[in-house]
Amino acid sequence: MFSAAAQARLAQLGLQPGRPNLDEYSATLIELARADRNIVALTSDSRGSGKLWPFAHALPEQLIEVGVAEQNLVGIAAGLAACGKKPFATSPSCFLTARALEQIKNDVCYSDVPAVLVGISAGVSYGALGSTHHSLHDIAALRAIHNITIIVPADNFETREAVRAAARAQHPVFLRFGKAPMYNLHSPATRFEVGRAIMLRDGSDVAFIATGETVVHALLAAAELAERGLTARVLSMHTIKPLDTQAVLDAARRCRAIITVEEHSVHGGLGEACAAALIQAGVHVPMRIVGIPDEETVTGSQADVFRHYGISMEGLAETAETLISAI
Amino acid sequence: MTDRELEIKAVRLRKRLLQLIHYAGAGHTGGDLSCLEILLVLYNRILRIDPANPRDPNRDRYVQSKGHSVEALYVVLADRGFFPEPELESLCKYKSRFIGHPTRKVPGIEMNTGALGHGLSISVGMALAAKMDNAPWRVFTLLGDGELAEGSNWEAAMAAAHYKLDNLVAIVDHNRLQITGPTRQVMCTEPLADKFAAFGWTVRAVDGHSIPALTEVLTQPPVPAKPTCVIADTVKGKGISFMENDPKWHHGVPNANELAAALAELDAAEARLLAGS
Ligand SMILES: [Mg+2]
Repeated sequence: MFSAAAQARLAQLGLQPGRPNLDEYSATLIELARADRNIVALTSDSRGSGKLWPFAHALPEQLIEVGVAEQNLVGIAAGLAACGKKPFATSPSCFLTARALEQIKNDVCYSDVPAVLVGISAGVSYGALGSTHHSLHDIAALRAIHNITIIVPADNFETREAVRAAARAQHPVFLRFGKAPMYNLHSPATRFEVGRAIMLRDGSDVAFIATGETVVHALLAAAELAERGLTARVLSMHTIKPLDTQAVLDAARRCRAIITVEEHSVHGGLGEACAAALIQAGVHVPMRIVGIPDEETVTGSQADVFRHYGISMEGLAETAETLISAI
Repeated sequence: MTDRELEIKAVRLRKRLLQLIHYAGAGHTGGDLSCLEILLVLYNRILRIDPANPRDPNRDRYVQSKGHSVEALYVVLADRGFFPEPELESLCKYKSRFIGHPTRKVPGIEMNTGALGHGLSISVGMALAAKMDNAPWRVFTLLGDGELAEGSNWEAAMAAAHYKLDNLVAIVDHNRLQITGPTRQVMCTEPLADKFAAFGWTVRAVDGHSIPALTEVLTQPPVPAKPTCVIADTVKGKGISFMENDPKWHHGVPNANELAAALAELDAAEARLLAGS
């Protein structure tokens, strides 16, 4: 995932490797489900990719397998949630949020039942498998549906806190996970609150507003820029909806430019959400939306795809320098 | 309540729902009329529900998958006292909670439905919840025959049998019509009984307009470890001569003359029932 230079920066920043967020999800869910027998994991032949084998072994009575049938997965989850259960319907995000979108819209969000939808292997986690398995539409699709909180954790800490928050939630929640091992980005004292961005670093030349598995690259780019005399604010925007509009506006007022970063189509995701917030507040600042452009997505590992589209320390630092130098 | 009393109620509620659809200028008349007896038997004889406590965790659940036949559900719920009946005159009006499909804003309604092919999966989830809690309550859902072209129904049918959900009853309003025409011509979903049997369900057939026959089939205990499908043979537009078996009444709204003619037929039917009692 990381170039030699990026690895050196990781070491310089003292970032420690964690595990894939999916493993953290699974471990947290087992912990919660042991204490609350109403918590149920649902899988669509996806317990392997969802890292839910340990859950299946530990709590077999609390796992419901529906087979390869995502519409049924979400409908069943809605029925369970309407009857006092707390379902975590876990399925590759590419299928969950496309094939079962109508069930998400009607059975979960419109009926307002407290189901949790867990989109796994999201973005280009399955980069080499082609567009069928890429999930670059999910945030856009769900942002346009009323009554669902969208959370995209950046590391194991955010994952743990997001899963706990989802378990407590009285309304629908979508959690989006990739499958790569994540570096731990947060200090022990960090507080996680749904709907509140976390500032990882402060600066005034540029603000990176990043989400999910891209956040670490923004943090490395900020460190890289510091060597070149530019300071950068880095926000982990773990909650896409409701968006922390105040944090976006603050970043734009404090910094000379904004760069959003997401593992998603540049259409309808975090970047456009931030742009809409800025424009409607009358805050005008040079801005770039970094994500997957509207083209047939290049294939390869997640790292290859990230590098190809400039979602890397080097790519983001260059985007920032170009943007700032034009001001 | 006797069979005869429910039969009279069915006639009176037919009148009421036609009036409401006429006032609202919208509604799914044909399907309302085909499923009315099914709903009356469910809500008066089968479902363990308390209109004074509609969220009792131990209630039976009813999910109307063919959500468009909501006017029939509204008049039956009102008759059972879930909400004041005159409120139904706001049907489809600005900001009314009585919209053209079921929503949980209306007391007694479990889920927001209306898009076809959703209710059976939801019902499977509910029945699984009851099984997980070893709870005695049961789940009933009403499906349209045209609706069964939605593939999601068959995902749910598979899962219901796989999980041995003998606490689940799916009733098919088998009126053989859908919006475009006869279901056999639009997209044949027959043979329905064979299909559900092949998916592992107990299948029972019934005259969907006979109060005693519906009562009998819905009070039969399930075959252990199998979900039950009741195929209710019905007539779309039932009870109004010029609406019966005519697909144009799928969502046809009676004008003043048609309403008067329909009410006259129903008055005569009511008089016959009263004379015979
Ligand atoms: Mg029909």
